[in-house]
Amino acid sequence: MESYLFYIVGTIAVLAAVYLIFERNPVFCALYLIQTMVCIAVLYILLEAQFIAAVQMIVYAGAIMVLFLFVIMLLNIKGDEESKRSFPFRKIPAILMGIGLLTVICIILKSKLLQGKQDVYTVAHIESLGNTQLIGNLLFTDYLLPFEITSILLFVAAIGAIMLAKRKL
Amino acid sequence: MTFNILSILPILVLAGFGMLVLVVDVMSARKLGEKNLLAYLSLAGIVIAAIVSRNSTATTLFSFNETFTIDNYALFFNILFLLSTGLVILISHSYIKREDINHGEYYALLMFSTIGMMLMASGADLLNIFIGLEVMSISIYILTGFKRSKLISNEASLKYFLLGAFATGFLLYGISLVYGTTGTIDLRQIASFVAGKGGVKDPLLLMGMGLIIVGLGFKVASVPFHAWVPDVYEGAPTAVTAFMSVGPKAAAFAAFMRIFLTAFGSSHYEWQKAIWILAVLTMTVGNVVAISQTNIKRMLAYSSIAHAGYLLVALVAANNMGVSGTLFYLLAYIFMNIGAFAIVIVLSQKGDVGMNIDDYAGLGFKHPMLAIAMTLFMFSMAGIPPMAGFVGKFYIFSAAIKSGYVGLAIIGVINSVISVYYYLRITVIMYMKEPVRDFHPLTISPLIVVAIAIAVVGTLHLGIFPSKVMEIAQRSILTLR
Amino acid sequence: MNKELFIFIIIASVKVLLVFGAVQFMVIAMIWLERKIMAHMQVRLGPMRVGPHGLLQPIADGIKLLFKEDIIPQKASKFLFILAPIMTVVPALVTFAVIPFGDTITIFGRSIDLVITDINVGFLYVFAVSSLGIYGIVMAGWASNNKYSLLGGIRSSAQMISYELTLGLSLIGVVMLTGSLSLVDVVNEQSTLWNIVMQPLGFFIYAASAIAEVNRCPFDLPEAETELVAGYHTEYSSMKFATFFMAEYANMISVSAIAVTFFLGGWQGPFLPPVVWFMIKLSACLFFFIWIRSTYPRLRYDQLMYFGWKFLLPLSLLNILITGLIMVIKG
Repeated sequence: MESYLFYIVGTIAVLAAVYLIFERNPVFCALYLIQTMVCIAVLYILLEAQFIAAVQMIVYAGAIMVLFLFVIMLLNIKGDEESKRSFPFRKIPAILMGIGLLTVICIILKSKLLQGKQDVYTVAHIESLGNTQLIGNLLFTDYLLPFEITSILLFVAAIGAIMLAKRKL
Repeated sequence: MTFNILSILPILVLAGFGMLVLVVDVMSARKLGEKNLLAYLSLAGIVIAAIVSRNSTATTLFSFNETFTIDNYALFFNILFLLSTGLVILISHSYIKREDINHGEYYALLMFSTIGMMLMASGADLLNIFIGLEVMSISIYILTGFKRSKLISNEASLKYFLLGAFATGFLLYGISLVYGTTGTIDLRQIASFVAGKGGVKDPLLLMGMGLIIVGLGFKVASVPFHAWVPDVYEGAPTAVTAFMSVGPKAAAFAAFMRIFLTAFGSSHYEWQKAIWILAVLTMTVGNVVAISQTNIKRMLAYSSIAHAGYLLVALVAANNMGVSGTLFYLLAYIFMNIGAFAIVIVLSQKGDVGMNIDDYAGLGFKHPMLAIAMTLFMFSMAGIPPMAGFVGKFYIFSAAIKSGYVGLAIIGVINSVISVYYYLRITVIMYMKEPVRDFHPLTISPLIVVAIAIAVVGTLHLGIFPSKVMEIAQRSILTLR
Repeated sequence: MNKELFIFIIIASVKVLLVFGAVQFMVIAMIWLERKIMAHMQVRLGPMRVGPHGLLQPIADGIKLLFKEDIIPQKASKFLFILAPIMTVVPALVTFAVIPFGDTITIFGRSIDLVITDINVGFLYVFAVSSLGIYGIVMAGWASNNKYSLLGGIRSSAQMISYELTLGLSLIGVVMLTGSLSLVDVVNEQSTLWNIVMQPLGFFIYAASAIAEVNRCPFDLPEAETELVAGYHTEYSSMKFATFFMAEYANMISVSAIAVTFFLGGWQGPFLPPVVWFMIKLSACLFFFIWIRSTYPRLRYDQLMYFGWKFLLPLSLLNILITGLIMVIKG
């Protein structure tokens, strides 16, 4: 049941991503990106990571992409006029590199080299504690320092937004 | 010791002073037009942070559940970062007043950026290093665009931000691949994983390693990833250019060495080849392109690329001499590069006019002291004895020979010779050409004079008496692997 | 298919149909009630002609809208134009999936929770779903190819993002007190004391931002008819237009249901059955919406942003701080 869901949602995500690349209208591009994000959130749920899934929806699909759309609409970008003029051969190396990466990933998956160590965080362990509680515990014990430094990161970003965008300082 | 708050005391001091500067700036906006207070306040913050940061530690301490290291290596870099930020504050004070960008945020961002660098040097896992890098980079993206009314500054900021975000993506992807293969982000655990496998055989881990090289290679401005450097260096406010040519480069090298020597130390054959190519490309492109530059900031930008190349040579050598030589070189580079930028600031005029190399004609007659100082810095960068730059290059190239990379050392020496041309050209122009411009008014404040004096003394001292600092550097790297 | 699964599917389907049916009915009732209550507040009678006291008015309106011509502007982006009303109404309805509307009951020896599904991140689910509701409005605004619609769409996206922040933060205090993100736990926690007593500030912030989040007066800037004709649904007609209205009312009901769950004790209450208590509290909240609408004038746009970012946001952070402090002091 779950593997069927995975294949369905995964296919939609990949298709949306492909459409995102080939679509010329930026608004549709953004909408396809949203679709990909939502599909990824579903994949997280299938991986028993409900908290991450919800955050993915709220932050990426809900907040960031709305701002994307907002900016695209305000700028009123019409189609992709740039690509006609620009370097015509840029697609070929990009496609080649993409195929190369895909091949490497396929080889790796085929050879079962992904064998990272099995930690204590099995599904049963997560279920017993609760997804959110587990993440909260980790953030406030093992990863306290990065978590707190992130507040400085956000602070810096806020300063930057005001600094660069405010009309009169 | 899991939650030793004292272990991050310098970071806390800097964060506190950064916020204090912002608050004082808001409170005093109308009263203190000059805002000298802010520069002194941030200098005080730097000094206090340097005082509370220990000079050396007998044993390596881990805190915050072993995600944060305090060893001599981290402490050496802490002092190095504080020194560079302090010098930059000294040279910025009159500059930002002249350019009408005297906002408190400037100093605050410098200090927040230093926090990021410290975290990069002391992070014991990839997550800390990554977050440190982000704090540092985002602060500098903003500082680059600080001249809000100038198009060139905006362009530089946007360019740096977009390319930097892209490079961060590479780094993060690399980290995720490393995590995927090894199941950990802790550097020492990765090291034991790699050692257990007898080197990096996994294509996935290899790819992760390569992507980390790309991400950090962008930050140190190594060659295939250097395209942003000249434009960003030229567009950014000069004092910020001085800052980003030393601090982030040193921080990126600190992270580079910690990741590659600690985590991937047992498999250096895999990554040395890649970095060998990077080093040769970086040195050669940097030096050759620098020859044809007419703008001093662009010339210094290419020269900074070339210096990154020399430092990569040391990383290829990866022996004790090379690594301690890197620390020494970074310290020397702080003095000579910030010194050179200080003089560029003094000689330019409002709106960053007077940045062409030809504008320096006749400086030797009009302002002999400044000309002597500039000559000193240029000689040092070119690697002429008895300056600091010579000693640094000596250590690095002899380390390369010791590790058996004779060819690389020869390429490095040839590159040094090339670089002599464009460094000496400035000296020649200063002394042997008639002045074409009036050198008044100069942006001289007591603080910038102090900065130049410190830089001169540092350059000479490290060049003539390198052994003491070298000893400290050698002691600092013992804990790295 | 085994028997347990079959029964589970039957029960789940019944609950889904029941809840969504109830919501749809409430939407229709709300339209009538809003017109009547506002009329009486303004000393008018309101609709009186169709049925006793105009009771059948919503049905008459529905029939009218159903038979109207469905116009799609020629230069509109057709696919998005059709998709937009659906995108607004679906998130509004899906929110009800996690809202507990009654205690566990026992039918034929089988205990059934009166909630469609109790997930452990229910709180985040509500916000994840409601944050998708913005897209419908934005898409409607853009797809109509009309500048008033576009302005309405842009306004709504800015407004909803701004207020979603305070909306979420205002509930954090409750989550801190409960120690769980599950809405069922939140309700069970309030069996002795409603959270509004512990979190009066939180409730105020929630109420203000919820009104803004569903674009109701005095925050109905996206459809300010004096400036924007009708905002994002200017170009819509017939059932698509009706769908937008359905979404608006469904959103109102859903934020009210969340307010009841988080602050007013959910279905908890003496004497009467839980479901009745839930409905009473829900109706009170909905009445409050109508009351506000007929009392306050619309804000100006800069006032709206100022209120959201410079007043409500710091206040909600303060609320979290105070809650945390008190929790630490009390141990």
